Amino acid sequence: MSLNRRIFLKNSALAMVGIGAAPLWLQRTMYASETAAQRKKILVAIFQRGAADGLNIVVPHGEKRYYELRPTLQIPQPSAAVDKEHSVIDLDGMFGFHPALAALKPIWDNGHLAMVHAAGSPDPTRSHFDAQDYMESGTPGMKSIEGGWMNRALLPMQGPQSPMRAVALGATLPRSLRGVNDAVAIESLRSFQVRDTNAAKIFEDLYLSTDDQVLNGTGKETFEAVSILKKVQSAPYTPANGANYPNGRFSDSLRQIAQLIKANVGVEVAFSDYGGWDHHVQEMNALPNMLRDFGGSLAAFWNDLGDLRDDVVVVTMSEFGRTAKENGTRGTDHGHANVMFVMGGPVKGGKVYGKWPGLADHELYEKRDLAVTTDFRAVLGEVVSNHIGNKDVAKVFPGYQGGPQDFRGFLKA
Amino acid sequence: MSRRAFCAVALACSLAIPALTVYGKKAKTTTPEPPAISQMSGDQKVLYALNRLSYGPRPGDVEAVKKFGLDRWIELQLHPGSIPENPTLIAKLQPLDTLVLPTDLMIETYPPPQLIRAMVDGRAAFPEDPLTRMMIRRQVERYKVQEEARTKKTPQAQAAARRVAEMSMVPDLNAVIHSLTPDQQNAIKNGTPLERVKTLEALPDATQIDVLDALKPQQRQGLFPLASPRLRRRITVLGSGQQIIYQDLVEGKLLRAVYSNKQLEEVLTDFWFNHFNVYFDKGPDRNFTTSYERDVIRPNVLGKFHDLLLATAESSAMLYYLDNWESVGANSEQGNNFRARGQKRGLNENYGRELMELHTLGVDGGYTQKDVTEVSRCFTGWTVRNPERGGQFLFDSRLHDNGEKMVLGVKIPPGGGMDDGLKVLDMLSKSPATAHFISKELAMRFVSDNPPAELVDRMAKTFLSTDGDLREVMRSMVTSPEFWAPENFHAKVKTPLEMLASSLRVTNADVDYTFLLAQQLNVMGQPLYRKVEPTGYSLKNADWLNSAALLGRMNFSLALVSNRIPGIKVDLAPYQSAADANDVAHALFMADLSPDTKKAIQLGVDNPEILQQVNQRAQMQDAGMPGRGRRGTDGGFSAVASDKTALLAGLTLGSPDFQRR
Repeated sequence: MSLNRRIFLKNSALAMVGIGAAPLWLQRTMYASETAAQRKKILVAIFQRGAADGLNIVVPHGEKRYYELRPTLQIPQPSAAVDKEHSVIDLDGMFGFHPALAALKPIWDNGHLAMVHAAGSPDPTRSHFDAQDYMESGTPGMKSIEGGWMNRALLPMQGPQSPMRAVALGATLPRSLRGVNDAVAIESLRSFQVRDTNAAKIFEDLYLSTDDQVLNGTGKETFEAVSILKKVQSAPYTPANGANYPNGRFSDSLRQIAQLIKANVGVEVAFSDYGGWDHHVQEMNALPNMLRDFGGSLAAFWNDLGDLRDDVVVVTMSEFGRTAKENGTRGTDHGHANVMFVMGGPVKGGKVYGKWPGLADHELYEKRDLAVTTDFRAVLGEVVSNHIGNKDVAKVFPGYQGGPQDFRGFLKA
Repeated sequence: MSRRAFCAVALACSLAIPALTVYGKKAKTTTPEPPAISQMSGDQKVLYALNRLSYGPRPGDVEAVKKFGLDRWIELQLHPGSIPENPTLIAKLQPLDTLVLPTDLMIETYPPPQLIRAMVDGRAAFPEDPLTRMMIRRQVERYKVQEEARTKKTPQAQAAARRVAEMSMVPDLNAVIHSLTPDQQNAIKNGTPLERVKTLEALPDATQIDVLDALKPQQRQGLFPLASPRLRRRITVLGSGQQIIYQDLVEGKLLRAVYSNKQLEEVLTDFWFNHFNVYFDKGPDRNFTTSYERDVIRPNVLGKFHDLLLATAESSAMLYYLDNWESVGANSEQGNNFRARGQKRGLNENYGRELMELHTLGVDGGYTQKDVTEVSRCFTGWTVRNPERGGQFLFDSRLHDNGEKMVLGVKIPPGGGMDDGLKVLDMLSKSPATAHFISKELAMRFVSDNPPAELVDRMAKTFLSTDGDLREVMRSMVTSPEFWAPENFHAKVKTPLEMLASSLRVTNADVDYTFLLAQQLNVMGQPLYRKVEPTGYSLKNADWLNSAALLGRMNFSLALVSNRIPGIKVDLAPYQSAADANDVAHALFMADLSPDTKKAIQLGVDNPEILQQVNQRAQMQDAGMPGRGRRGTDGGFSAVASDKTALLAGLTLGSPDFQRR
């Protein structure tokens, strides 16, 4: 955050002395919350770190070659011979969910969940480290660009802003959210406080009264955010519509994002990650449990959102996919293209978008991996442009040559 | 209690510290104006030097340095080889064997899962040392279990096989303790954690490990806070052997920051590691990082820049981190083979780019994309031999592009082999752009975010005239009038590491073990050895301030002084009888707090409501009510001040003032 902004914040805070206890921007959002038309559009991005196996998540069961490539890891086609628990949940005759994703089927059926298959990065790297970094910066192949795509996606705003515009659930601020706009990292809503309540009051005075401008600015944002979150948490949170969040870190973070969205504290972009998808060995053992948790958490989040669904689009990504052919240790190695999920009220769901490149040897990237037919920036760009309303896609993704012509059209006009 | 009393308990200094009348950027000296640039003087100057050239003053340091002579102290810090190391540090580092083991031996002693697999498959030998063998036995068993489960057909049968095997994997405690005395058996089976620890410590090594292995994981973990460092290591290794490598690295760094007498060397090791950053979790860098810091960075921080640059260029850690190990020249022998087989392997420009952008010339150093490609061609063939077993530098001529290259306008004739890369390093380390970039980065760390151009120019000149002698560059910085300009006092915001280390130093904390302390750095946004980006952590003030990090600093301060971080002990007794809030604050901050901070703290602790609550809490604690070191449900420590002194100390360390150095 620039010094100017901090000074501005400080000045604006001084200017409003006497108006009331609530910060100015909060008064505005409280006002805004009364008129649905002014409600913010919200983007929730989920990063599956470790390169999830897209081919066993949204399974191309209509392609015979899939079964040849994966003699032990294959998910059987739906048929009477195999019990439902272990066979593909068919979606459109060609693709189907891994059976552990059953919780997502109703959302698909209702038309609020879409997938883009064979999406990924044009950069050939198979390094987790580089590929994650490129996906988060939004600039594949370019390391010198600072900050992340989600921070750049925020619309320019006049006047005082909510300190909660960009929120990450986690201890550090992910690359995706870093940049010129303020972004808050929250390890958990509950721990986002000075735990000693006496010290908290004094610390607040200390930071609000200091003439150290930099620390004053951050201190002010911090205690504003703390007081907002305190209000958010004043009542125990009960998820709506009987939403049943599984136990786990990822599920917890989605529940807290839902809590923040419902509290209408000015969240515009939110980020959560889910690690551990790097299944080089014994994928059969690990993947189903993770998918059950992943799908169950997303479904609970969806149920919990209720009538706010129209404001929210969730998009998932993973740095790259995994080899089409299983390896010698009943796992898969680092590959190329993957599948991305898009869920939300504005989503034209019930459809797998993108061009399927096929799994024949000559169709595979470097004869081993699913080829990329949709640049991940086209997927994220469509959400940024048509949901958030930031049309300057080239600025959000520096160096990206694509544009609306490359969007897959999974959002309602 | 007077200031004199604080001092007496601190480091037996005989003089009271006079109150400093300066604060931060508003500081004004009272000395007559020198001709060009006004200068700090007296205690302020000493305090400033301690804040910049060390991880912060300990009680008594200002007096000690004054007595010793500031210039002499700085000169000594510039020659760490002649400083006798603190015996406390030596003793605390002694059990951390990974810090001294050669990488191959370290891997053998604490083998990663792949190596254990290789041992089981007969592709690698089991270690000779009987204790090491015992320590990895559990991991081998675990591998066997996985193998056995793999042979079952259905997932259910696999899971069942695993459950059965896991049960039989844990040694039977009764069998293991059979040979012990009845008292020992009883202590192990039914004793308190303290009794268990006492019994375990008295057992011969092999028996001790056997018993540890037979305990339930929770029982084992429960012994941790009470165990000796050696027993603690065994507890950790039995849980996850590889974890010890990271733990030692972090513990070594924190212990040195707090205890080392060679403070400038520590600060510079941190600076140069960060300048030539590698990421611990990138593949085999887990095994390379220890040696990288020890053998590549630390010995060179006050040497010639060229030597440091070459050492990083040839290090397994850097070759892996920036992918040069797999870069293949397009016209090399191997490149042609790959192409013939339809494999896409070729030039990787990652190192070539960062070498110029981040390590030497700087992003505005006048190189082009073409230079990046050409430099990358020069470094083809610089790779790693045996990465799984420790890794050594290897120039593999089969990967090298032997064609002609043109780097920064200089022609590099064909057929140069490894000399191509050496020439590039030579050119880069002699470049005025490098001299300027390095000088500016150093000045940003040691002086201010925007160091005066005259200062940077003078340092760069020294760099060029001394063939990149980093000691001379440092000396030219600290002897420049700009370095001592009053506006630099407290001009830098501490990084989380600096904040944490300076807090531990100023409170004379006793650091026993650090893995929970290190978690505090994660919350404050600076996980050690885990900066993913090659840029390293930022040198700029603003980048260290975000909401979660700031709250992390406040909570850390309170947890530290209330003795609620397991492994760390702070004794506030010397401050216990302080009447005036500002006395405590002054003793910890070593200067006057800003009037605003002073006022807010005084108002806060004088508030009868707050006082009453704090006192109640202190009484409850005296009655032994809530446990110390209890962890909150959110994974944080209960950072609640234990009494008024702790509250005061915590507020001081968490105040805006203390966030600066």
